[in-house]
Amino acid sequence: MAFAAFGSTAGPVEQAPRRRSWVALVLLLPGLAYLALFFLTPLVSLVLTSFQEPVEFGDVGQFQQAFKIENYATVIEAYWPHFLRAFGYAIVATVAALLIGYPLAYFIGVKCRSKPLLQAMLLTLVIAPFFISFLLRTLAWKQLMADDTPLVQALKSLSVLPADGHLTGTAFSVIFGLTYNFLPFMTLPIYTTLERLDTRYLEAGADLYASPATTFWKVTLPLSLPGIVSGTLLTFIPASGDYINASSSFLGSAQTQMVGNAIEANFLGLLNYPEAAALSVILMGLILVIVGIYVRRTGTEDLL
Amino acid sequence: MRFSLGKWLLPLYSALALIFLLTPIVYTFVFSFNDSVKSNIVWVGFTLDNWTNVCDAQGVCAAFVTSILVGVVATLIATVLGTLLAIALARYRFRGRSVISLLLFLPMATPEVVLGAGLAAQFLTAGVPKGLGTIIIAHALFCLSFVVVTVKARVASLDPALEEAGRDLYGSAFQVFTRITLPLLMPGIIAAALLSFALSFDDFIITRFNNGGVETFPVFVYTAAARGMPPEANVIASAVFILALVIVVVAQTTSAARRKRLARAQ
Repeated sequence: MAFAAFGSTAGPVEQAPRRRSWVALVLLLPGLAYLALFFLTPLVSLVLTSFQEPVEFGDVGQFQQAFKIENYATVIEAYWPHFLRAFGYAIVATVAALLIGYPLAYFIGVKCRSKPLLQAMLLTLVIAPFFISFLLRTLAWKQLMADDTPLVQALKSLSVLPADGHLTGTAFSVIFGLTYNFLPFMTLPIYTTLERLDTRYLEAGADLYASPATTFWKVTLPLSLPGIVSGTLLTFIPASGDYINASSSFLGSAQTQMVGNAIEANFLGLLNYPEAAALSVILMGLILVIVGIYVRRTGTEDLL
Repeated sequence: MRFSLGKWLLPLYSALALIFLLTPIVYTFVFSFNDSVKSNIVWVGFTLDNWTNVCDAQGVCAAFVTSILVGVVATLIATVLGTLLAIALARYRFRGRSVISLLLFLPMATPEVVLGAGLAAQFLTAGVPKGLGTIIIAHALFCLSFVVVTVKARVASLDPALEEAGRDLYGSAFQVFTRITLPLLMPGIIAAALLSFALSFDDFIITRFNNGGVETFPVFVYTAAARGMPPEANVIASAVFILALVIVVVAQTTSAARRKRLARAQ
């Protein structure tokens, strides 16, 4: 299955004999050139753009190269709540996706192992959302959560939601959308590690008088840690940079804007390229720091 | 005994999780039959018109064709470059191998909005006009890493003895590659290409920064979300969904049948 790629597919054998390194060079060169040209250089131009200043008496969107480091201070001052929301929403959505995705992955990967057909069918259902437009799915939730739907009416009659309350356009709906959109990215890597889990370890735990809960905490969970780390990264990184769910035409409102919305608005709307670039550089830097610490803390560096 | 609680709790929980995942798909499908003209929000009545006259909605078919074109070209670039990289990384030892692995991991760890803004900033600096070409360049870039990961797993599981046998039988390096290595890698390459196409077809964020007015299907949906979604968009999405599902199910059943045949032969 193609989506096994999301899992930790560290090859079991590193059998790489040293032979004709010029062949390797020929194989590597086109791909590396592509990455250098369209991944590394853009990152450099992003950093350069973030230091630009407006051209004097120039039009909107005209900038010249400078070393205007104040751009960073400006965007941090203007957009720190956007950063807080982005990382706050992303963390909550990641935890929620883990709580939903782990049991699901466990059920499919361990419990359904004796029924390969059922297992394949359920796995197909988990990846099914990939086959239908991400924007349309998010829009579907917006319409299901709209003010006059039975769901919202029921919540109001139960007083969970105040009579004049809304579901859409709130932090709740944005986090809900993020959780929904990245749930398959959480479930699949956990599934790939659990599917390979040797159930004899669990039996050994039971034989040694461990309760099912203890066996889970001491055996199953540590063994599935690589999947959890991949899954949380594949959820957290795109969620913190997302701006669809938080945008006003989807599940968000002006009060739920994340960094992604600020980057989009500055780059494509206001044509304020330096500030959009500065925001992107900060976002990328923060994510790298967070991911670095997280991977080190969980002791899974070799996963990369 | 073990997991007695989980006996009914876990299946129920999993069923709820799957319902959560599938609800918007069912919704999108059902509303593709809605007899509405512009804003497809309230259920008006059942009709097949949207399916029979998909292209009636302005721009939806053109956007769909653009998405297919972008997906095919970007997938072709990413699959060729990615397969070469995967073979080199899995089969050769050289200095800087870990740096290259990191370089391939980074695009996957970069939020799309940063990738999109970075490319857009570069095209702006270089004075390249944005359009179909820049969309394809951007898509091939983010698909590349996923292709490498997928194909690399396949190369790693390949028995090098088969290639050695080819060389022992005086096959040239080229013959060994085209007659042995490539056919054995094919399932991985096809899986990578399908994944790459799916990623490209559904991409919005990176496209939005680099499309320069060219409308892909997701761009169409995004613009329509603000001014009213034609039900024809649901038709296209549903049709693509059904097609993809059929491909996956056929692939799964054929590979299951092959496994069974192999098991019997042994």
